[in-house]
Amino acid sequence: MIDVSKLDPNFKYEITKEPGGEHITRCFACGTCSATCPVRGINEEYNPRRIIRMALLGMKEEVLSSDFIWLCASCYSCEEKCPQDVRIAHLMNAIKNIAVREGHIHPSFRAQLEALFAHGRLYEVTEFDNKKRAKWGLPEIRENVEGTRKLFRKTGMEKLVKGEGREE
Amino acid sequence: MKYGLFLGCTVPVRALNYELAARKVGEKLGLEFQDIPEFGCCGFPVKSVDRMTFILMAAENLSVAEDANLDICSLCSACSSVLTEVDRQLKENQTLRNRVNEELSRVGRKYQGRIQVKHLARILHEDVGLPRIKEMVKRPLSEFNFAVHYGCHYLKPSEVYGEFEEPENPRTLDELLRLTGAKSIPYEDKNECCGGGVLGVDEATALKIAALKLDHVKASGADALVLICPFCNIMYEANQKKIEKLSETEFNLPVLYYPQVLGLALGIPPDELGFRMNRVKPREILSRLG
Ligand code: SF4
Ligand code: SF4
Repeated sequence: MIDVSKLDPNFKYEITKEPGGEHITRCFACGTCSATCPVRGINEEYNPRRIIRMALLGMKEEVLSSDFIWLCASCYSCEEKCPQDVRIAHLMNAIKNIAVREGHIHPSFRAQLEALFAHGRLYEVTEFDNKKRAKWGLPEIRENVEGTRKLFRKTGMEKLVKGEGREE
Repeated sequence: MKYGLFLGCTVPVRALNYELAARKVGEKLGLEFQDIPEFGCCGFPVKSVDRMTFILMAAENLSVAEDANLDICSLCSACSSVLTEVDRQLKENQTLRNRVNEELSRVGRKYQGRIQVKHLARILHEDVGLPRIKEMVKRPLSEFNFAVHYGCHYLKPSEVYGEFEEPENPRTLDELLRLTGAKSIPYEDKNECCGGGVLGVDEATALKIAALKLDHVKASGADALVLICPFCNIMYEANQKKIEKLSETEFNLPVLYYPQVLGLALGIPPDELGFRMNRVKPREILSRLG
């Protein structure tokens, strides 16, 4: 059941203002995206057409706090086929960006930010890794941590890494 | 032909065989790769979290390549896709470009839009060119049937890649494979995604998506799956044992990086192409090679 009192009619405008979300109101609910979506094919919980409907209806809280918005694999299959050029993968990113600002970041994405903050890269490069590289004649890899940290401090990502303002 | 070699986060620690083979093949074909220590993460993992941070990470890498006066050669399809996407946005959107340059100036950098980003496979296809590679083939792999996997980000979003490929009907990898003398074997749902994008969020779903392809490729009778992205490789090779358990099916399907295959055709000894680091051992293929 939809609780009408909780609907936020401005949510769709918030999304159209977010880069990537501009085309959400073009959706005419044809379902092509859901039919082509590989994630949808396996996991019924994920349904891009339904997420777009929910967002257009103004179900802001449900959408932003959901786990399902994080299930988009960014494969662009739907985006290439959507007859209305809704740019669904970009749209999902716009929604996720809003969700993060509202305090909902998926733990696996926070873990990635943590790795980037700690090593400047997604995967640590250990001495062992560099030894293995050297054995195969491959050049040493250095971690450039400082640049990433500076940037993360500047753009507020550090707060997410440190878990401030989080709500799960 | 000289490029800045963009390794990204995954290749240099998880796909040494890919890196090794790419470098060997490049050397053979006269591609010069420069290692640039200032390259960092392409920004892909941050895209879902904060667009501006993501753009700045990508833009910084682009400006590093510009300083070296080199086009980027990327081995990872995700890196290729996001670097190309941001490069395009910055080339088209002056407001965004100004904003990015304001931030970059604090670390003494500037984006000028002077270089191009290309995946290694695209470089082989476009810059080296099929005829030149064909001339160099010493050991045609005519006895093999391989299944190629394009993956998503080598082709899409098509709006950023321009006319280079047709995502619905891609051909460059098939053509590159056929050059080696091997047959590119058709299989069901060839353009399907590997599932890598949801691995961290929902492992079971990701593995099931990957299992579909392993099933289809196995059914085609291919000797191996051939791909060009370390992410796809994590799904099909690193996770193959897990998928076998989950789906109670034995695949035992070798997964090869395209430069490893090309390397064999160019007559480079298998030992120099990192086959020992492949997790699903391609023993049969190597022994048939003689
Ligand atoms: S394919 Fe496009 S128009 Fe159709 S439901 Fe999906 S987003 Fe809406
Ligand atoms: S981009 Fe996302 S929503 Fe679209 S098909 Fe791929 S996983 Fe599904």
